[in-house]
Amino acid sequence: MQLTGAEILLECLKEQDVDTIFGYPGGAVLNIYDALARYPNNIRHYLTSHEQGAAHAADGYARVTGKVGVCMATSGPGATNLVTGIATAYMDSVPVVAITGNVALPLLGKDSFQEVDISGITMPITKHNFIVKDIDNLSTIIRRAFHIAQDGRCGPVLIDIPKDITAATTEYEPRQPLPLNCHTESITDEAIDKAVQIIKSSKRPLIYAGGGVVQSNAASELIEFAEKINAPVTTSLMGLGGFSGTHKLFCGLVGMHGTKTSNLAATKCDVLIALGARFSDRVVSNVEKFAPKAKIIHIDIDPAEINKNVDTYHHIIGDVKAVLQKLNGFIEKRINNTEEWTEQINHWKAAYPLNYKNDGKLRPQYIMERIYALTDGEAIISTEVGQNQIWAAQFYRYTQPRSFISSGGLGTMGYGLGAAIGAQIGQPQKRVFNIAGDGSFRMNCNELATAVEYNLPIIVVVFNNRALGMVRQWQDLFYDSRFSQTTIDRATDFVKLAEAYGALGLNLSRNEDVDQVLETALKSNRTVVIDCEIDQDDKVFPIVPPGAAIDQLITEEV
Amino acid sequence: MNRHVISVLVDNESGVLSRVSGLFSRRGYNIDSLSVGETQDSKLSRMTIVVRGDDKTLEQIKKQLLKLVDVREVITLIPESSVYRELMLVKVKTDADTRAAISGIVDIFRAKIIDVAPLSVTIEITGDESKIEAFVDLMRPYGIKELVRTGLTALKRGDSKIQA
Repeated sequence: MQLTGAEILLECLKEQDVDTIFGYPGGAVLNIYDALARYPNNIRHYLTSHEQGAAHAADGYARVTGKVGVCMATSGPGATNLVTGIATAYMDSVPVVAITGNVALPLLGKDSFQEVDISGITMPITKHNFIVKDIDNLSTIIRRAFHIAQDGRCGPVLIDIPKDITAATTEYEPRQPLPLNCHTESITDEAIDKAVQIIKSSKRPLIYAGGGVVQSNAASELIEFAEKINAPVTTSLMGLGGFSGTHKLFCGLVGMHGTKTSNLAATKCDVLIALGARFSDRVVSNVEKFAPKAKIIHIDIDPAEINKNVDTYHHIIGDVKAVLQKLNGFIEKRINNTEEWTEQINHWKAAYPLNYKNDGKLRPQYIMERIYALTDGEAIISTEVGQNQIWAAQFYRYTQPRSFISSGGLGTMGYGLGAAIGAQIGQPQKRVFNIAGDGSFRMNCNELATAVEYNLPIIVVVFNNRALGMVRQWQDLFYDSRFSQTTIDRATDFVKLAEAYGALGLNLSRNEDVDQVLETALKSNRTVVIDCEIDQDDKVFPIVPPGAAIDQLITEEV
Repeated sequence: MNRHVISVLVDNESGVLSRVSGLFSRRGYNIDSLSVGETQDSKLSRMTIVVRGDDKTLEQIKKQLLKLVDVREVITLIPESSVYRELMLVKVKTDADTRAAISGIVDIFRAKIIDVAPLSVTIEITGDESKIEAFVDLMRPYGIKELVRTGLTALKRGDSKIQA
């Protein structure tokens, strides 16, 4: 049938089973928005306050559902406002398709009004991007974009569509989505067997799980594997939820803010099995001193990650779930030879638990523990970036994959609220919290308007220390306490701000009120902002000083 | 830091050169030269890239290139089993006294004089880099007015070809 470019776009989204998009209209996407209003479709469009919020929402939606998140913006500033969101998704390998309008083909390259080379701008932060220059390529490009976003290591893809392409007409025929390759061809019996032999001969194995475990839905395979080989499990920030935080083999985060147990285990282990993880500098710290005694087995879907940051002893390239299934089939249950190691790990866990000052003052760590308790660990937690992020990672136990939504790679302040909106829309039956600091909340708090408009019962917990806490903490620890530009004692009243947006604003200043305030928020079923007045000098511990080995961590004196 | 010659088969799409060169610059890989042109199949182009780096860097470069959607195949062309060629145009100062001497050198190198002017000649020469360097060294005393090189282009010896 003959359809316009805008209609073909909607049809192609339907082919991909897209029913939710986040966006913001403008001149260059007028035809698309017109089609959304008049052409039959099942797409629910969520209008955000700012394009950045739309990009983060698409990302959050993708992370909690495992589907492709879709965001849309107009040309020029609309497109550039997506950039931080696209880069965030790229660094964390999140499948997102970003659609931008552009000026009509004859105006391209002429510095036209609201023209920007968004394809050039996003080249280093997308898996691939397209400019549609011929309407006859439109449907093929959209299909390829969705395929690329999900194939192998996931990531964002951008499609830039000039305005005249959305107005032109051509023949459209529906197609099935391109099949996704599971990338099992490189998982050979020899590679598996070699891994099994290395694991069998180890006395001190450690599993280091990353975001790939979550992305490939390999959580149950990982539990089976860890229990079979009786190895403790540590995770990167991205790996949280990929292995249950309440499992007896779980040791907590590894790296800069890792638990002492995990960091000691990584330093002492004789075999380190990395699953869907990329040995980021936030995990490894000093490369020379990372896992110095270990034979490293690296299992990842991206061949370029092998030997990129650390040298490995053995690797298997493939989908983590498929590799684990195969490994689990090959490996027999281990009985004795790791007993001493297990004992050692348990000793460390008992000796060095995560802790914080429990002196009756309101502490963010305690608030996280209470959120965990009051939601039975069933909530989805999105975070901003900084201290709030690490406290949220440490003091809430993530028992399910896709329950911790955070900008791990790019470290995007202002990510959490948009992501929480996408998460709540993707998982409407779940309770969603956005854990924020006052600095990061202020960056994109405009999205409260969106949450209220769509009746999303998101609870924003602002750990308000009137400071850019993480940077301040670094200044305190490593820059002789010179607090340069990190004290933000602004006059903003977050409770009133929430009310101005039509959300419920609550204040929390006393430790003994935590449960009551959280319960009020949960019961209200509204968008809520809780302004938590915490101490300006509360710090994130443990912390590994920059450049140090990860077992050289600074812990809090309680 | 070793020199490596890699041959990259890419889709002949707009933007592909920028994707490849962008990858090199943002990851800090050093390019000595890059030449690109269409292959026997007009949908494909071949890039010949001369890079500097240790073996680990070379491995990363190849893997990162393969992640680009437009890149079909990446191989290293090792000197023993490859032919390397480069074309250079060089404009050398001449006068009645030196023209014959220059012409003699041109003949020895199987180069070609393609333009003669009262005060200069323009010479075309192809060869591997060492030949070109040697020729440049011999021309320098006469005075090089202008010089342009295409950068290395290369193929594997024998019947095999890089598959798309």
